[in-house]
Amino acid sequence: MTDFLLELRSEEIPARMQDRAREDLAKLFTAELAKAGLQPGALQTYATPRRLVLIARDLPAQTAAVSEETKGPKTSAPPQALEGFLRKTGLTREQLVERDGILFAVIDKPGRATADVLAAAIPAIVRAFPWPKAMRWGAASTTMESLRWVRPLQGIVALFGDGVIDCEIAGITSGAATVGHRFHHPHVITIGSANDYVEKLRACHVIVDQAERRQIIALGATMAARKAGLELVQDEGLLSENAGLTEWPVPLLGRFDEAFLEVPPEVIQLTARVNQKYFVCRSADGALANAFICTANIDAADGGAKIVEGNRKVLAARLSDAKFFYETDLKVPLEEQAAKLDRIVFHEKLGTVADKVDRVAKLARWLVEEGIVTSSAPLPLAGGAAGGPVPLADAASADGPSPNPSRKREGDLSRAELADLAERAARLCKADLVTGMVGEFPELQGLMGGYYAAAQGEHPAVAAAIRDHYKPVGQGDDVPTDPVTVAVSLADKLDTISKFFEIGELPTGSKDPFALRRAALGIARLIQQNQIRIQLRPILAGQVMIGDASPDMHEIVRISFWSQTWAEIQHAYAWGQPHNAYPEPLESLPVTVDALLDFFADRLKVQQREAGVRHDLIDAVFALGGEDDLVRLLARVRALQGFVGTEDGANLLAGYKRAANILKKEGFGTSAPAVTPAKAGVSAAGAHPENHETPAFAGVTVEESAGSHTAPSYTPEPAETALATALDAAEPAASAAIAREDFEAAMAALATLRAPIDAFFESVIVNDPEPAKRTARLGLLDRVRAAVHNVADFSKIEG
Amino acid sequence: MTDIVTDRPLSFQGMILKLHEYWSQHGCLILQAYDMEMGAGTFHTATTLRALGPKPWNAAFVQPCRRPTDGRYGENPNRLQHYYQYQVILKPSPSNLQELYLGSLAAIGIDPLVHDIRFVEDDWESPTLGAWGLGWEVWCDGMEVTQFTYFQQMGGFDMKPVAGELTYGLERLAMYVQNVDNVYDLAFNDAGVTYGEVFHENEVEMSTWNFEVADTDSLFDQFRKHVAECENSLAAKLPIPAYEQAIKASHVFNLLQARGVISVAERQAYMGRVRDLAKGSCQAWMDKNAEGWKAEYPAWSAA
Repeated sequence: MTDFLLELRSEEIPARMQDRAREDLAKLFTAELAKAGLQPGALQTYATPRRLVLIARDLPAQTAAVSEETKGPKTSAPPQALEGFLRKTGLTREQLVERDGILFAVIDKPGRATADVLAAAIPAIVRAFPWPKAMRWGAASTTMESLRWVRPLQGIVALFGDGVIDCEIAGITSGAATVGHRFHHPHVITIGSANDYVEKLRACHVIVDQAERRQIIALGATMAARKAGLELVQDEGLLSENAGLTEWPVPLLGRFDEAFLEVPPEVIQLTARVNQKYFVCRSADGALANAFICTANIDAADGGAKIVEGNRKVLAARLSDAKFFYETDLKVPLEEQAAKLDRIVFHEKLGTVADKVDRVAKLARWLVEEGIVTSSAPLPLAGGAAGGPVPLADAASADGPSPNPSRKREGDLSRAELADLAERAARLCKADLVTGMVGEFPELQGLMGGYYAAAQGEHPAVAAAIRDHYKPVGQGDDVPTDPVTVAVSLADKLDTISKFFEIGELPTGSKDPFALRRAALGIARLIQQNQIRIQLRPILAGQVMIGDASPDMHEIVRISFWSQTWAEIQHAYAWGQPHNAYPEPLESLPVTVDALLDFFADRLKVQQREAGVRHDLIDAVFALGGEDDLVRLLARVRALQGFVGTEDGANLLAGYKRAANILKKEGFGTSAPAVTPAKAGVSAAGAHPENHETPAFAGVTVEESAGSHTAPSYTPEPAETALATALDAAEPAASAAIAREDFEAAMAALATLRAPIDAFFESVIVNDPEPAKRTARLGLLDRVRAAVHNVADFSKIEG
Repeated sequence: MTDIVTDRPLSFQGMILKLHEYWSQHGCLILQAYDMEMGAGTFHTATTLRALGPKPWNAAFVQPCRRPTDGRYGENPNRLQHYYQYQVILKPSPSNLQELYLGSLAAIGIDPLVHDIRFVEDDWESPTLGAWGLGWEVWCDGMEVTQFTYFQQMGGFDMKPVAGELTYGLERLAMYVQNVDNVYDLAFNDAGVTYGEVFHENEVEMSTWNFEVADTDSLFDQFRKHVAECENSLAAKLPIPAYEQAIKASHVFNLLQARGVISVAERQAYMGRVRDLAKGSCQAWMDKNAEGWKAEYPAWSAA
């Protein structure tokens, strides 16, 4: 068994592509070998900025020999059959083997040398490599067929054992030679085999293993911080990125002017991280320290003094820009900034950001005034005081550190006061989009608004709402609980979703340029976390008239608010700047509110699946139609999940399915799922559109089917009577329970039907030749189905 | 790579002379700046037009660049509305382009075992020129000193073959080499003349004119006339004059931007206009030369 080494050396591979490239290399290599029937032992891949490496252990010298046998005619067969077989196999009669009176053609395929397989596999892998962005280069690029690689490919080391696998791609011939570190060891080095590769390169200032480089950076940065009496702010993303930018990483700590600490710590951290790929540190009190850690790619002759000094200067220039923006922004009241939002197009069909803000402000106020968002919502945990040292979160967490200017709980605020605060926060919540700082760092939207609001003396709840109204952003992100924030966040997302659906901008497949899925999930999480009782249908349908919000259409430029902020647009339009592609217009279709609720159901299913809730149960409840109160919906789903897990539940489900099957066969159409969106509290106009289908009973009139309520014209069997009696009791009990939202009790009422249904099916023949009996019994089954549908559409439940 | 040891860092002009000498030694034509206002060295015909087609082309030149909106009245230590780029264009891109580039850094006194030189992913795109490429921004101790690009398309045409483009930010590089924090403190020569003495007044006056004085009616009129003249030249099948008019229109547009008289809505329309002119000029250049190129390089095709 022999080891194989492949090194594909190129000009610097973007750091962000290296991990994926290792996976692709392993995948392509395995696939190429599998075609020849080879399976390597262990596979190891490495990536550095300049090389992509694969080591495959324990390959045989040859692929296995294969002997293929083809059955031919009997010896007694006519000569034409034999001739045909010989023609087919290309053999002579003498080469055939005779066994038990039958002729066989035996073709031996000898094993191929693994070296040959590899020699063919390497060019195939290189040509098929799926780089996210590839390029052509050099003299060969006179034609479009020239090799494409992420950056110019410079060399190939291919060693099987200690022998070179000869191959050639685009003028690059494989060999045993590579180069060491770009500056420490630019000369050619010769690799002996897979076994000395890593160590030979280490001797030439190249740490091949990305995990080891990460570790060196993590440890070096931690030690450098500790030596300065500080603590490193952990950042996994930066570790990977720096490991992908270096072959010989050397973390170095530098200091910046303390005066810059007046700028919010998030801004400093972001500048250092995004623009310069530096780590930051915190001091003993948890506040950001005036230190940065850069990762050099050399062991500098002077110990790194010049490197640190150079990096300090670059950071200082960036921080003075940031400080300038911050101080300039502070001089302009947020109202004044907000007034400029009418210059930014939100979406060509939806008017400007100012239009959106106006809608959101009205909706946020309405949510409070209607008592949907109340101050009795769970209160936020007490946060740090504004202006004090802010503990820096490790960047590994989903979102950055945030100040919490909210000092006072809003539990004692009146509804009117709360409504005023919600509207105020909403009116200012997008104002920071036109500030210099957010123009420079779009990621800081919300956060900067929060700082500026606190600085101009807004109510802490308003500042907190401005800061947090984009939340929750990701799955792991905190869900706001402060009522003012909840109102603004909910209003913002509801407006987004309903408006984009209104103009038919739906997410399709992987395309969701306006992040509508995230908004829907955010709404669902806000509602659950805060147990907000709200009927989504009228709001999403735009039936809640809360003021004129017709979009101003005077702007022409099409701007996607989420994929491009104002700042990015500015950059995009600046002369000679890189161009940001505008999102492709999506298919525009008229969208119904039902489609919107389905969209919510899908998001909810995805979210609930992770929480262990069965998606078919959510379907079963959504299938009732009209349920748009997520809190009630989920309560119902939970009760249902509990119920179908019991023996009664499982049996009732079986009985229901049997009844439904018979009804279906007999032409009883789908009975209308009974919907009871009975929750009061929201008195919105048009809240309950009557859009349920009228039951369509083919062959049986509705009057006929109303079996139990009219006295049967025959003597019913005891099981029929028992079922009718049970239904008479269960129906009102279930309905009453549902009306008071006691879904466990509704399930219990249904459970009483289980035994009578079982007995009914055991002793009663539904399909009686006598039409009166048949009709009456079908009517009973229909009542069972209807009673069950009162709780959930059991036909959607699996099992 | 040669190790250059100098007692004192190169002056601004000394650095330019060094780069000229270096790239001349490596086979480049040393051209002069294009005599028109432009936003980047890439607009020089030695880059845009010469990048097209199969003929080898190696050139280096200094190009003054004008970005009116970057003016700061001479008060910002890093930002200028007029500054210099050093451009090198090599077609086809040589296989040792990175080494050649690093050699040029060594030539102006940057020791890669003392300074941390890095190639950081940065893809370049100019919608105005219908051009894009892959490459890096080159970092020296965390500062971007060069844009290094392998052009893949120019004027909407695939590069056949690909050209390598190096764009050095001369003032930044000089500030680095001279260890100076303010651009106006740069030593322009070795006889005590500073960059500020040469250009500070220029920055103050030009910022004032760009932002406050330039007559916008006249600028709008100029824009229209350059557009018309470009079309006139295209009709006469004269790609170079057409391209010059496109460059002029583009600069006038930049001035209008600095005057703040182009709304967000109009901006895209203006940019689209300039892009069409530039692409039309490239198209005309291709049309005019394709036959000759094809005769000389039978394997080459425009499409």
